Formats: sequence, C-alpha cells, structure tokens
Amino acid sequence: MPMTITINGSEAPLPADPRVSLLDLLRDHLHLSGAKKGCNQGACGACTVLVDGQRILSCLALAVQYAGRSVVSVEGLAGAGQLHPLQQAFVEHDGFQCGYCTPGQICSAIGMEAELRRGVPSYVTEDVAGAAIALSHDELRERMSGNLCRCGAYNGIVAAIEEHHQSQEAP
Amino acid sequence: MNPFTYARPATAADAVRMGAAPDTRYLGGGTNLVDLLRETIEHPAALVDVSGLSDAIEERADGSILIGAAVKNTALAEHRAVRTRFPLLSRAIVAGASAQIRNMATVGGNILQRTRCSYFYDEDGARCNKRDPGQGCDAIDGFNRMHAVLGASDACVATHPSDMCVALAALDAVVHLRGANGERRLALNDLHRLPEDHPEFDTVLAPGELITAIELPALAFGANAAYRKVRDRSSYAFALVSVAAVLDVRDGIVHDVRLALGGVAHKPWRAWRAEAALRGRQATEAVFRAAADIELADARPLRDNAFKIALARNAIAATLAGLVHTPGGQA
Repeated sequence: MPMTITINGSEAPLPADPRVSLLDLLRDHLHLSGAKKGCNQGACGACTVLVDGQRILSCLALAVQYAGRSVVSVEGLAGAGQLHPLQQAFVEHDGFQCGYCTPGQICSAIGMEAELRRGVPSYVTEDVAGAAIALSHDELRERMSGNLCRCGAYNGIVAAIEEHHQSQEAP
Repeated sequence: MNPFTYARPATAADAVRMGAAPDTRYLGGGTNLVDLLRETIEHPAALVDVSGLSDAIEERADGSILIGAAVKNTALAEHRAVRTRFPLLSRAIVAGASAQIRNMATVGGNILQRTRCSYFYDEDGARCNKRDPGQGCDAIDGFNRMHAVLGASDACVATHPSDMCVALAALDAVVHLRGANGERRLALNDLHRLPEDHPEFDTVLAPGELITAIELPALAFGANAAYRKVRDRSSYAFALVSVAAVLDVRDGIVHDVRLALGGVAHKPWRAWRAEAALRGRQATEAVFRAAADIELADARPLRDNAFKIALARNAIAATLAGLVHTPGGQA
C-alpha cells in the first residue's frame, strides 16, 4: 500500500493515525486551509475537494483510504498568478458574501461539470436513459444541492457556474 | 473517535478472514461509518476497508446484472444498462444524499447504513434500544415525525434511510454474501429485518459476513418505472415517504407490478399485498388507491407521523397513475 497521497500535484505522507480525516490532513497537517470545516458531518459541502477528478466530502473521508490517489483542493485550481476561470466567474457574479462555502462550491461545480459530460443523471433529469443532459437552472440547483451557503448567495453562485459551464461548452 | 486499526485487504477472502475477528467493522466509502465513529456510536477495534474490492458491473446473457459491492453509487446510477433497463435504480440513487456523498458511498455500504433517527445519534441525551440494547426508546414518545408507521415495535420505531434499497427491494435484488462458512445468496427483502425485540440488529447478516455483490434479475418491463420521494425540502433530505414502482399495463389491465416504500419502516418495505391486489385489475386510480389502502391497513401512527399514512396512500396512487400513460417516462 502506498504511504503517500498526492495533494495539488505534490506528494505528501499519509498520517500514521487512521482516524485523521482527509480534511484534517489538508488543514492541520499540510496547512492548506482552503477546504473548510463547516459541519464535519457531511451536511454542508464546505469541505468538498476533487479526488481523481471526482468531488467528495473530505470530512467524511479517512485520509488513509485515499493512499496513492490524487487530491485537488481549491489551492490547486489557480494557475501561476491567474485565477481559475470559475474562480474569476465567482468574483464577477458576486458568488459569495462571507466566502466560507466558496472553496467547496467551486470544487463541487468543477466535479459537477465532469459528471454532466459523462451523462450522470440527477433527480430532476427527465430521461435518465438519454445521452446528453442540458444544464438547465433546475439541473444546476439540484446538482449543487450538497453545497449550502448560509449567506444565501445562491443567485450569484448559479450565475457564475452557468457562465463558466457555457464557456466550456462553446466550440 | 476511539482508536482502531486499519487494513485494506486485496481480496474478499482476505477481508472475510480479517472480518472474523471480534469488534471489527467493514468500511466502504465511510459516509455513514466515519460519522458514527466520530460520534462514538460505533467504536470498533478494527476497520477492514473493502472499498477497493470488486467495483465491476457485469451484464449477463440472461439479462441480469451483477454489481460488485464496492461500486460507487454514482457509477451504478450512471451505468448505461442500469439507466436503460433498470431506470428505477438510477432514479432512486440520485434521489438520495448529495453528489459528493454518492461519489464516495459504495453499494454495500448504502445497504448497511444505519438509521438517521436523531435519538440513535444522541448518545448523551437520549435512550435508544438500537444503540444500547435494553435501554428504552425515547423516540416512541418523542419527536417522531420522521419515524416508522409500518412494522415497528415497542422497542424501536426507526426507519431505514436508504433510497437505493427501496428500488432494490422492488427489483427483487439478490445479495451475494461471503462469510467464514462460505458463500450464500439472500433476497434483499430478507436481508433487513423488522425491529421486534432486537432493534440492535438491522439485518440478518452473521457476524463477519460480507456483502460481495448485488444481483438484479432481468425484468422485461423494467423501463416503465418511477421513484417518487416526498421530503421536507426538494433536495438533499431523507424521505418522509418514498415510492418505487414498476408497472406493466396491457389493454388497461395491470399485467404485473413491483412496488416498494421507503421512509415508513425499519426496512425497505416491499408492498406485497398491494401488488397482489393490483395484478389482473384495471389500471385506474381508484384501484391504485384501494391497493394502497390494503397495504397500509396495518399502519400505526405515532404522535407526530399520522400524516405519513395518507401521504403514502396518495404517493402510491400518484406514482402508479403516472406510469399508466407514460411508458419509459417519469412520474
């Protein structure tokens, strides 16, 4: 079993104690405080990170379970001196007030776009057997329902994600 | 969390050997167990991580599908054969939890998740026979809006929280098990148990027995299916009542039907009596309501959840009615 985990492109040692969550590994051991500890019980989505491109909740993940896997937190999204386009869209659309849920929202939306490209259905998808799913307003809200924003900045969040998704889909 | 050891066996045989040790728990995606460990509701000495075992989905010549127990919920919901031939299962999975949780949770772990009864979680403040056998149940006379109306006992009124399992119950899923004494197969409908005097046992699994796969038998009319979930908010909430239905109507007559309920009992509730009352009858709303009444005849409300009986009745009728004129569509 590999004893390391890749975090934002760099290898890091796994904790010796299997009780350490992936979230605590990021925040307390590696001092990457982007992913937030909101509820620490899988209800709020503030701790969302990407593992091999899939969005997960790092608070419910034991770090040791992710040995050998590649984790991207919000710190791993921006290029040199340049925000990720979705981060930029959040700025332009006021996709936050306090910002606490924002790293989780952004990682979640990136994972959501990948799910959409694969054709993963959602609860509001009318034809689950269909090939392509358009990101309607209802689809977006349903697919992002695992990320709460207590400031209620949802309209800005939705607008930012819609804009980024459209720019990705454009030929 | 109390300390525990962690092992990640490479094969089911190794996992079962490790799982035979006392005070050991199998770990899937962790979305329920890690929370229970943190709350010290569960405090095993050892975790055996089975999330790296079979994640294959095999389409077989007889029309059945064999699903490895470590398949993630999302991977199952998005699989083409499931979406086209067993859309009920895709719909039920995406009705549950959030996308992040579905990306982590395994099929085996979903089946074995514990109740979300808040008294079960409140170790410091509430009595619970499921958590501490013989202690008593504070839910029976407490806030029990979310609790069971069918098959409950004087010891426990908790519900099974899974959406996926309601679909599996309707689809006659077969669970493949491996234990110290070899392998066996069990209908999903016989896996979970009613609480009776021993709510500490959610299932009939023997200690150390491992779910290795789930088999979906072929169902010719499986495409005409709906999963209707009624909850307090429109997404990311547990069911008050849910209905899984698959319907085969020919010339206005119910030729065959599969029906199961969620949110109403200690186990996913297969509506056998309603099914029997529907077969051969006209596919009308009045017949659907009458069948629902037969299924719910033994329902017993608690202080706060009498509404669930009327809700279940209406949801059953509406879900079936939605399948009469829209083959392949959703309700």
